[in-house]
Amino acid sequence: MAETKTPEPQQSQSTEAGCPPRRSVEVIYERSLPGHRGYRLPRGAAARWEAAIDALPETLRRKRPPELPEVTEPEVVRHFIGISLLNHHVDRSLYPLGSCTMKYNPKINEELARLPGFALLHPQAPETSLQGILALLWRFERELACVVGMAAVSLHPAAGAQGEMLGMKLFRAYHRHRGHAKRKVLVPDSAHGTNPASVVLSGFEPVQIASGADGRMDLGAIRAAIDDDTAGIMVTNPNTLGLFEKEIAAVAEAIHAVDGLVYMDGANLNALVGLAQPGAMGVDIVHLNLHKTFSTPHGGGGPGSGPVAVTAELEPFLPVPIVERTEAGYRLEHGRPLSVGPLHPWCGNAGVVVRAFAYLHSLGAEGLAAVSRAAIVNANYLMKQVADSFPVAKREWCMHEFISSASWTKKHKVRVMDVAKRLLDFGFHAPTVSFPLIVPDALMIEPTETETRPTLDRFAAALREIAREVRESPERVQQAPHSTCVGRLNEAAAARRLRVRWQAAKERDDAGGA
Amino acid sequence: MSNIGHTPQEERAMLAAIGADSFETLLDQVPSALRQQKPCDLPPAQSEFELRRTLSGLAAENYDPLRSLSFLGAGFYDHIIPAAIDQIVLRSEFYTAYTPYQAEVAQGTLTTIFEFQSLICALSGMEIANASMYDGASAAAEAMLLAGSATRSERVLLAESIHPRTRGVIETYLDGSALEVLTLPERKGQVDLAALEQALTEKPAAVLLQQPNFFGLLEPLDRVAELQQRLSAETHLVVSADPLSLALLAPPADFGAQTVIGDVQPLGIPPQFGGPSAGYFATRASHARRLPGRLVAEATDAEGRRGFVLTLQTREQHIRREKATSNICTNSALMALRATIFLSLLGPTGLQEMAALCAARGQQAAERLCGIRGVARRHAGPFWREFVLTLPREAEDAVERAYEAGGVLAGVPLSRFWPERRRELLVAVTEKRTPEEIETLAETLEKVLA
Repeated sequence: MAETKTPEPQQSQSTEAGCPPRRSVEVIYERSLPGHRGYRLPRGAAARWEAAIDALPETLRRKRPPELPEVTEPEVVRHFIGISLLNHHVDRSLYPLGSCTMKYNPKINEELARLPGFALLHPQAPETSLQGILALLWRFERELACVVGMAAVSLHPAAGAQGEMLGMKLFRAYHRHRGHAKRKVLVPDSAHGTNPASVVLSGFEPVQIASGADGRMDLGAIRAAIDDDTAGIMVTNPNTLGLFEKEIAAVAEAIHAVDGLVYMDGANLNALVGLAQPGAMGVDIVHLNLHKTFSTPHGGGGPGSGPVAVTAELEPFLPVPIVERTEAGYRLEHGRPLSVGPLHPWCGNAGVVVRAFAYLHSLGAEGLAAVSRAAIVNANYLMKQVADSFPVAKREWCMHEFISSASWTKKHKVRVMDVAKRLLDFGFHAPTVSFPLIVPDALMIEPTETETRPTLDRFAAALREIAREVRESPERVQQAPHSTCVGRLNEAAAARRLRVRWQAAKERDDAGGA
Repeated sequence: MSNIGHTPQEERAMLAAIGADSFETLLDQVPSALRQQKPCDLPPAQSEFELRRTLSGLAAENYDPLRSLSFLGAGFYDHIIPAAIDQIVLRSEFYTAYTPYQAEVAQGTLTTIFEFQSLICALSGMEIANASMYDGASAAAEAMLLAGSATRSERVLLAESIHPRTRGVIETYLDGSALEVLTLPERKGQVDLAALEQALTEKPAAVLLQQPNFFGLLEPLDRVAELQQRLSAETHLVVSADPLSLALLAPPADFGAQTVIGDVQPLGIPPQFGGPSAGYFATRASHARRLPGRLVAEATDAEGRRGFVLTLQTREQHIRREKATSNICTNSALMALRATIFLSLLGPTGLQEMAALCAARGQQAAERLCGIRGVARRHAGPFWREFVLTLPREAEDAVERAYEAGGVLAGVPLSRFWPERRRELLVAVTEKRTPEEIETLAETLEKVLA
């Protein structure tokens, strides 16, 4: 085993982190100079512009130009490149956010998604002129269905939460079709917050189920909660503690006994691809996050894609339009009487799907199994390296992620968020903090399959060093981060003042305020 | 397996280091009955070189957008995309970052979101805008939910002249909510004011209009606002506004809109067969705590340096769970960044010129096309960029022939949304279309309609 040196945190004036010396962050409006512009339009019939504007009703016309910045192209570029340097990102180093699956985003996918024959396609061109993209969508639906062992897939949801919502709409449509008026959906207390929110958004009542002592679903508690009013259950597998839900098949059987449905949150599918299929677990509906398991970039918060896979019984309820293959070629079918209706302006985030398609085809079946395998090995390896400084919540092997706890630091007046902030000084992103709610002071850590052992060792070493600091010089941790472009920002004061647009800041200055 | 972090030898060493005999040891918690027995039936793995060939082949089975002449609109528009946008969004710092949960190492993303919010407020005239929604349709649905929770009324009124797909998405979203969807009929392509007057007496939670509407026509927002304020001040006037049109048109806030939403695809986002785009959501400051999605606010550190943070997170699902205002988590930040760069490059003058050029080219095209025998505008009202023609034959047939005759994408047949509108064609003309290209469209239509 290679020796790992204790990493040195970056000094405050260092530019190694890509951070310039500390100063206020600049906004594009502050580069504005009257009369500057960053783009020239084609020379058009300038004389006609005024006439064209005059043809619009005067009462509907704008009286003065919108307050947009006036900036040349080089200044725009410098501004955005300048602020880009203030971001942590996967291409820089480890991004171990639990349940977010921050794996490497292959470069080829960006190139392929930008082919004009994909990027510039208008959805309303004649179907005969769209056979390539329709074929890609049709194939990818079937390939994803195969990955999760289900009968059919909709690529329409724009993100995981919209996939969850579609799941709940499918609950509604199914039960309506069966003549049921069921209202309750069971949700384990370890679930992502989107789960209960999606339940409510679709007119169901969430019933929270406490986890068992081992951090998994408690079959007895679930059986006790099930009655004729139970529309179904939402299960995350592996769950947010990184544990496989061993009883999922028994849970599904109990739910199916009252004609309920099992929805699986597939946010953690990176642990299962090629290894275990939701279709074999009794799951009726599962969503996948292409921006997690299938390597499409998160883009600073989106766009994503959250396809939903279902059993053959639920296929007639999927959103329209559906890509169909006929002898004459591919076409879009809009007439599906049982469909929940449309969910997206067209067929989902096709631009994201192209990237995920390329990723899946770069793997094949063997590569897919290698992904979950390496993700699980990395998580377990890192768990053992971290456990001596931040104890692990559950004493057993984990799947793709694990939960450490920072509870012990409280006796040194150091909070879990302080530990997270101190990690930033070591050039790493922090893990997910204070989630899941059922583990006090949780650090939820997911390394993904794309990290190497030396990287994991450096991260574990940083956590060891921070644990030492907590005991020996807690103020160093409490006041972190020290190397970032700004210090810790006062979120409470920000919420009170609520300056959410540039105009407000300027008006404040005009008024002579601070 | 070039993206996997270790070799089989390294894996063995890692397993040994943690005291696991084999990989199987780690899987003791997965019941064997649930283990996958057969590998997935997937095509064999492809190298980067092979992938490029496969995907280029599929792309080539579509029309060639660089050699076709597009007059397609209906929600997705062929506008100029400045070169600087792609160069910037291809910065790893932006596209490979996650949601800005650790503000001190996410100031790049947080600043661009603050800028997006500011630019949207400047265009819409509203006081507060969120970090983005998936698209304009989901933004519209969320606006209906906000109106429902703010007013406690149980009906929302959707103009028939909004995008039919937006209507469909709203209906899907609201299924299961307490809100009932009612339709406000159109008259000559615009909202029927007499019907609106009557409907407002029922005090709906919201009335949703699109500006310009699905047919490209300008809705008489001044008269709508007058009726709404007189008859049902508590009703939310919600306007779905094309952000580019707002360079020329009065901000909906001037008409008393409570919420303004829309899709920013015209602002530097390629159509990508329908997505991803980004929706915007702007409203009044008094609704801040009902706002769906993420919101960024200015903050300061201990030494008074300005930075930006996610704020009012107690509205959101990860804190509030079943009491959240919305379930949205991932949004469309990178597409919102495209729009932010676009607006920064164009500035107030460039944006106005672009919108005016769309108006001019649209009018020019309408005049020319109405000179074709049997072709006329379907509606008489004022329009911007897009208009409906009535053809002497079926529109679906005409667009198919026009495409085959020379790669001209002549427009969107309305029969795709209303089967009975067989001879109506929606034509969009952006600043990219030259007078010569408009002439090509006219000559092509003359041929295929003859």
